[in-house]
Amino acid sequence: MSDQSPHRELGLTDHEFELICQKMGREPNGVELAMFSLLWSEHCAYKHSRKLLKNLPTEGPRVVMGPGENAGAVDIGNGFSIAFKVESHNHPSAVEPFQGAATGVGGILRDVIALGARPIAILDSLRFGEPDTERTHYLVDGVVRGIGHYGNSMGIPTVGGEIYFEPPYEQNPLVNAMCVGLARTDEMVRAAAAGAGNKVVLFGSLTGRDGIGGASVLASAELDEGDDAKRPTVQIGDPFEESKLLECCQELLAEDLLVSLQDLGAAGLTSSAGEMASAGGTGIDIDVGLVPLREPDMEPFEIMVSESQERMLAVVEPGKVDQVLAFCTKWQTASAVIGEVTDSGTFRILKHGETVGEIRVEDLVDGCPLYDLDPEEPAEWTYVNRETIEADAAPSDIALSLLASPSIASKRWAFDQYDSIVGSRTVHRAGAADAAVLNIPESNRAIAIAIDGNGRRVACDPFQGTVEATLECAANLAVVGAEPLGVTNCLNFGNPEKPGVAWQLSRAVEGLAAACTALEAPVVGGNVSLYNETPQGPIYPTPVVGMVGELPDPANVAGENWRAGDAIALIGPFDPSLAGSELEKQRGQLGKGLPDVEIAPVKAAIELVREAVRSGAVRTATDVSDGGIATALAELAIGSEIGCETDLHPVLARRSDNPEDALFGEGPGGFILAGEKAELEKLGGQGVDFELIGEVNGNEVIVTAGESRVEILVEEAAAAFDSLEDRIESDQAGLTH
Amino acid sequence: MIWGVLQFPGSCDERDALNACQIADPTSESRLVWHEETDLSGIDGIVVPGGFSYGDYLRAGAIAQFSPAMTAVAEFAAAGGPVLGICNGFQVLCESGLLPGALLTNESTRFICRQGDLVVAEADSPFLAAFEPGQTISIPFKHQSGRFFAPPDLLEQIEANNQVAFRYAKGQNPNGSLNDIAGVTNETGNVLGLMPHPEHAVEPFGGSMDGVGIFRGPALAGAGA
Repeated sequence: MSDQSPHRELGLTDHEFELICQKMGREPNGVELAMFSLLWSEHCAYKHSRKLLKNLPTEGPRVVMGPGENAGAVDIGNGFSIAFKVESHNHPSAVEPFQGAATGVGGILRDVIALGARPIAILDSLRFGEPDTERTHYLVDGVVRGIGHYGNSMGIPTVGGEIYFEPPYEQNPLVNAMCVGLARTDEMVRAAAAGAGNKVVLFGSLTGRDGIGGASVLASAELDEGDDAKRPTVQIGDPFEESKLLECCQELLAEDLLVSLQDLGAAGLTSSAGEMASAGGTGIDIDVGLVPLREPDMEPFEIMVSESQERMLAVVEPGKVDQVLAFCTKWQTASAVIGEVTDSGTFRILKHGETVGEIRVEDLVDGCPLYDLDPEEPAEWTYVNRETIEADAAPSDIALSLLASPSIASKRWAFDQYDSIVGSRTVHRAGAADAAVLNIPESNRAIAIAIDGNGRRVACDPFQGTVEATLECAANLAVVGAEPLGVTNCLNFGNPEKPGVAWQLSRAVEGLAAACTALEAPVVGGNVSLYNETPQGPIYPTPVVGMVGELPDPANVAGENWRAGDAIALIGPFDPSLAGSELEKQRGQLGKGLPDVEIAPVKAAIELVREAVRSGAVRTATDVSDGGIATALAELAIGSEIGCETDLHPVLARRSDNPEDALFGEGPGGFILAGEKAELEKLGGQGVDFELIGEVNGNEVIVTAGESRVEILVEEAAAAFDSLEDRIESDQAGLTH
Repeated sequence: MIWGVLQFPGSCDERDALNACQIADPTSESRLVWHEETDLSGIDGIVVPGGFSYGDYLRAGAIAQFSPAMTAVAEFAAAGGPVLGICNGFQVLCESGLLPGALLTNESTRFICRQGDLVVAEADSPFLAAFEPGQTISIPFKHQSGRFFAPPDLLEQIEANNQVAFRYAKGQNPNGSLNDIAGVTNETGNVLGLMPHPEHAVEPFGGSMDGVGIFRGPALAGAGA
């Protein structure tokens, strides 16, 4: 076969094409081939990751919906559930950052809407190259504006997120968006077609030629030069249409008019109708001649694979169709009956009643071969090292350099561009605490949400790094008094057909499984984004973990500023090391390996901190994360505009005698709490490491570790911490969108 | 006091505004008013809420002025009924000619969301009944097109008539508004528009509870329609 074979151009291998012919007993026609190429793509079929994902813990007493649905959901009491999912839109954002990020948000919102939930929060996990190139400025500007444009216009608050800047993301940025929704559990719907004779209703935006082939061409192959030509495969978002769609869906569900509901995302009608039929064990007929079109002369295959945004597909009993269409008219959204559920087990495409394609649902949705990975641990550190700090820099200079590090520095300039308060639930706004906190008066409690994934540490050790990302989420929840209910994740990796990447992916999933099992936090959904690499190489392996937890009382979430005279305690089995740390990065000394971590003692510390915060005894709580203890203390001082005087001799006594480990070392299991001394002391003697390390006072951050000492003015620290905005200011600010 | 909160396709903060109305007067039966409704009987005050009415296509607030509900609101305002426009609602009231001036794109061109301080100005309006002139209150703002603008003679007239209701506190003007104007009233004071969001300053958590006073104002002033 020549390279011009249609199936190859569509991303199918020769073997896959032969398998399709075998299953069909003939060669597929053009429509059928287009449909197979999408549903058998990595993006839709998870053909390189599905076997691994089977090992994740997915069950728990609070799980309402698990993997396989549009999003996962957990019970939060009083008849309500929280639905949530994180998804990537990496390659579209690399090609067109504004629309790529905007439609990424739009897509994850629809996943949650399709479950019957009202979205109540958005979080984002973003990765870019170092903020010193025109390309990074352009991408950051476009992505931040795109996220804001969609979320703000929809009236869904963006309450949190994280942004890391690392060289391997320079050409291939990551844009992962997480949506959290609230639903009445008994109104939630599954995306399964049921009842032969029931009608299939398409509603929302008109179907156009945008986004054709997005899932197979953009999302399932490496990026390379000349990708500008792929811009037509990036969809264009319209949050106004989605806003109407959301309100319309909420009314249709409240009136009990739908049998099932599904959003149209990657692979458009092909995937949503096919997956609905597959989940329901039915067949489905779709007549492309009935689909409301943006352009009149679209081919059947174009209609079936169009990724036009802001569309939903519903199965409706024949007697309720008129009512459904009337609600669509009320919300000024296009709608049409475009087909019917059948008991044939076949997905039939018609054009004005004439069959133009016919595929067995099973072959299309579940027929794609699943591949075993061929993992092999690379012998060497394969990523670039770059020295950006002098080897003999003094501790105070190191502390300032860490605070100014783009991944650590304040992201307020980005968060300020998002509406974080619409919906009247936001207790902690983006950036105000380690986790976002939302009030849920419907269930007489609050929820907390964290998202985390430090790709650099995962690159050092995929298993430990992923364990750490999961523990970090749980720690972020603990410092606002929340207990984990469920986890979602987005696995962003390079090309899994390469043994080194396959090893990273396998080990990371093992780490996720181990940590979630230990934390009793089931994985209720997620997304896999592979082929994140360019001719310059793969991205850091980046599992992004999103965790939702609950807390009884939004009045007790700590997070207040510390006050002069407060005692400061270090809690937990914190065993800091420079391996994989921000300082090691700045020194250009990154290499393989992270210290092993025992999860159980970290979990015990998490639980102790959680209960302390819930009791209201703690004013301020944070976990020690990027940049180590000195950075964590400086950030608290900056937020409160009051300094502190601390001594880390207990950490030195516990571990090595290297002061740098104590000051700037990283690792899981460390918490800093501040409050009344007598209250804090009650946390000692409970089987978790506990040390008082100092006091809040003055206008300097003083951290002593043996012979080494960080001593910086709070305002100096603040200037370093706030320095990123000027560095990131786009060369094109104000010119794009 | 029974409030009617308008709901356009694309509104975002209508439920928040309704929540604020209920917090201000827990016994009232305030309700949403669909953009096609024209019967406002039984309603004592109107909120035109924030959001992106009709997608803010053409220009922020430009299309909503032609909705049936806004025709009814214009009559309601002309009869002296209290009308509060928040953010997009402020833009709609300016586009409708119920308030003077216009809201332009922020100087930064960016959407901006922050808690900020407002200084209560001298305007004679029922919405200010709970406050003293010169008082500073904390209310969040969030918008991309909030830069208040009026031609020089109109601006002079607005100032001379004491139609400025709120100014951003010194040094906190987020968008380049002329004279730091955050909110203005009509000449008779019964119509108020402001860019900041008092409905997001009514809960015990979050930034502040200073927004409640604006929703209590008309009842305090005895200004129900």
